[in-house]
Amino acid sequence: MNELLEILSDLHPDVDFETEENLIEERILDSLDIVSLISEIDDRFDVVIPPEEIVPENFNSAKALWALICRLDEE
Amino acid sequence: MLFTSLTFVIYLICTLVLFYLLPKKAQWPLLLVASYVFYAIADWRYLFFILVTTVSVYFVARKVEGINITQKEYIKAHKAELSKEEKNAYKNKMKAKKWRWLLLVLFFNLGILAFTKYTNFVINNINSFLSDASALKTVDLIIPMGISFYTFQSLGYVIDVYRGKQEAQKNFFKLALFVSFFPQLVQGPISRYGDLAPTLFAQHKFERKTVSYGLMRILWGYFKKMVIADRLISGVTTLVGKPEEYAGVYVFVAMLFYAFQLYCDFTGGIDITIGIAEAMGIHITENFRLPYFSKNIKEYWNRWHITMGSWFTDYIFYPISVCGPMLKLSKWSRDHLPKGIGKRVTVYISCFVVWFATGIWHGAAWNFIVWGLANFAVIMISQECEPLYAKFHSRFHVKGKAPYEAFQIVRTVLLMSAIRMFDCYRNVPVTLSMLGSMFTKFNFNVLFDGSLLKIGLSASDYVILAVGLGIVFTVSVLKAKKGSVRDRFYEKPFGFFYHVMAILLIAILVFGAYGVGYDSSQFIYNQF
Repeated sequence: MNELLEILSDLHPDVDFETEENLIEERILDSLDIVSLISEIDDRFDVVIPPEEIVPENFNSAKALWALICRLDEE
Repeated sequence: MLFTSLTFVIYLICTLVLFYLLPKKAQWPLLLVASYVFYAIADWRYLFFILVTTVSVYFVARKVEGINITQKEYIKAHKAELSKEEKNAYKNKMKAKKWRWLLLVLFFNLGILAFTKYTNFVINNINSFLSDASALKTVDLIIPMGISFYTFQSLGYVIDVYRGKQEAQKNFFKLALFVSFFPQLVQGPISRYGDLAPTLFAQHKFERKTVSYGLMRILWGYFKKMVIADRLISGVTTLVGKPEEYAGVYVFVAMLFYAFQLYCDFTGGIDITIGIAEAMGIHITENFRLPYFSKNIKEYWNRWHITMGSWFTDYIFYPISVCGPMLKLSKWSRDHLPKGIGKRVTVYISCFVVWFATGIWHGAAWNFIVWGLANFAVIMISQECEPLYAKFHSRFHVKGKAPYEAFQIVRTVLLMSAIRMFDCYRNVPVTLSMLGSMFTKFNFNVLFDGSLLKIGLSASDYVILAVGLGIVFTVSVLKAKKGSVRDRFYEKPFGFFYHVMAILLIAILVFGAYGVGYDSSQFIYNQF
């Protein structure tokens, strides 16, 4: 989780990703950020996030994104 | 049958009356019949194309869902005996099966779209490459009205079924209505099945507020379209039709006129579409969120033609960006290129593809492709300049200050308006030379010497335009600051809401642009 928070902070240093729960609705993360994030996640965790998983529920918070990474890793 | 024709208004009134008079279970079948009749009146041959798309999408979606169900049941039944590897191997086998069906329906429908829209574009390019205008003969093809919109909407549905986000519609006729729903057939929005279907197939009882809100929105759409957009046509056509005569400041004027025309034309058309649906209790996704109040181009594209943008993002940008080869390239560029750009290389490649596709989706001409790529270039440059902006903002403390925000808004509108001129002039070199003339020919006198009264717009036209645009601007500001303007009108006493409707109707009848000079009142986005 800490590594994920590090990646997110790299994208937007001014955002508190530990508490923010509406990253998509509040347009903090846009499509360009999401794609950068996905390649970074693939690189660091060896987890590929497929297009069907790119939905607001999975990207609205660091927690939700971490849960997605864990789920995909288990599969 | 144009939205602005009397025939359409009568057709709409009859459909609305029948919609509420017939038993509720007959409402969606009525809409299906109304949609097909609407399409057939435009040209009965169009029906063949829309039917072929509907049948193919219906069949493949059912097939793909069948595979999803088989997979789920098999894994459930063999949960205990399958290892993780065996389960994944089975899932991959089924995914490959679904993928083949999806590819088939994508190629088939995009093939029809490409063949009808782009055959002559390809032929003309081959001829110009061979320097022989008659090497290949262009063909006389039917381009079904709204084909880009209904093809994208249908493919979005089948991809959602493929992704397991959406159940396939079992009733063929319901799917046919989703594909052909007449208010949005002409120029969108491009709806998602999951958003539109629940209210499209629901039963609706007559509610005065719902119908009134819908009618108000329709009138507002007609006001923008007929009083402002159609009035500006002759001015814009004159200015861009004779570039050799109208250079310098004229180009700036054309740029502004076209920005207002396109805004009022497209948002007006969408207001009519959403208003018609709303009057029947059907919810259609919004396509605009006050785009001319955007502070940068990225924000602008989040607010303009939203359904098209999100379609391209979900179904082209993401799949390209996260596919295996792109992820590999991304890893390589991170390892071998400087930190910042290394991270963004693949994002920019996907962006390039999306903007190329967006450009060509808008029209089979280089103008549109260059327009798309110009948008890509501006987005890329502003993305790369973000650290500079951040430094500037923290150095001068301007972020969030009203004058600076006003500057950002004006800058974005002007930039977008300039790029949009690629739509207007006859080709790319002429557009570039005309845009260049704004910086070399300073004929400011044309603003004051009456020249602007000789471009097909009279003094009274300018007065009507000024008042009309003033009203649109005021309503937009009210909406941005205080939310729904209709809610505020509806809450006021003494039937204020209905008085406003009556005034709008009178304004459209008295000040709407009709007649011989205004024949080209087709919606600009119809052609896409």
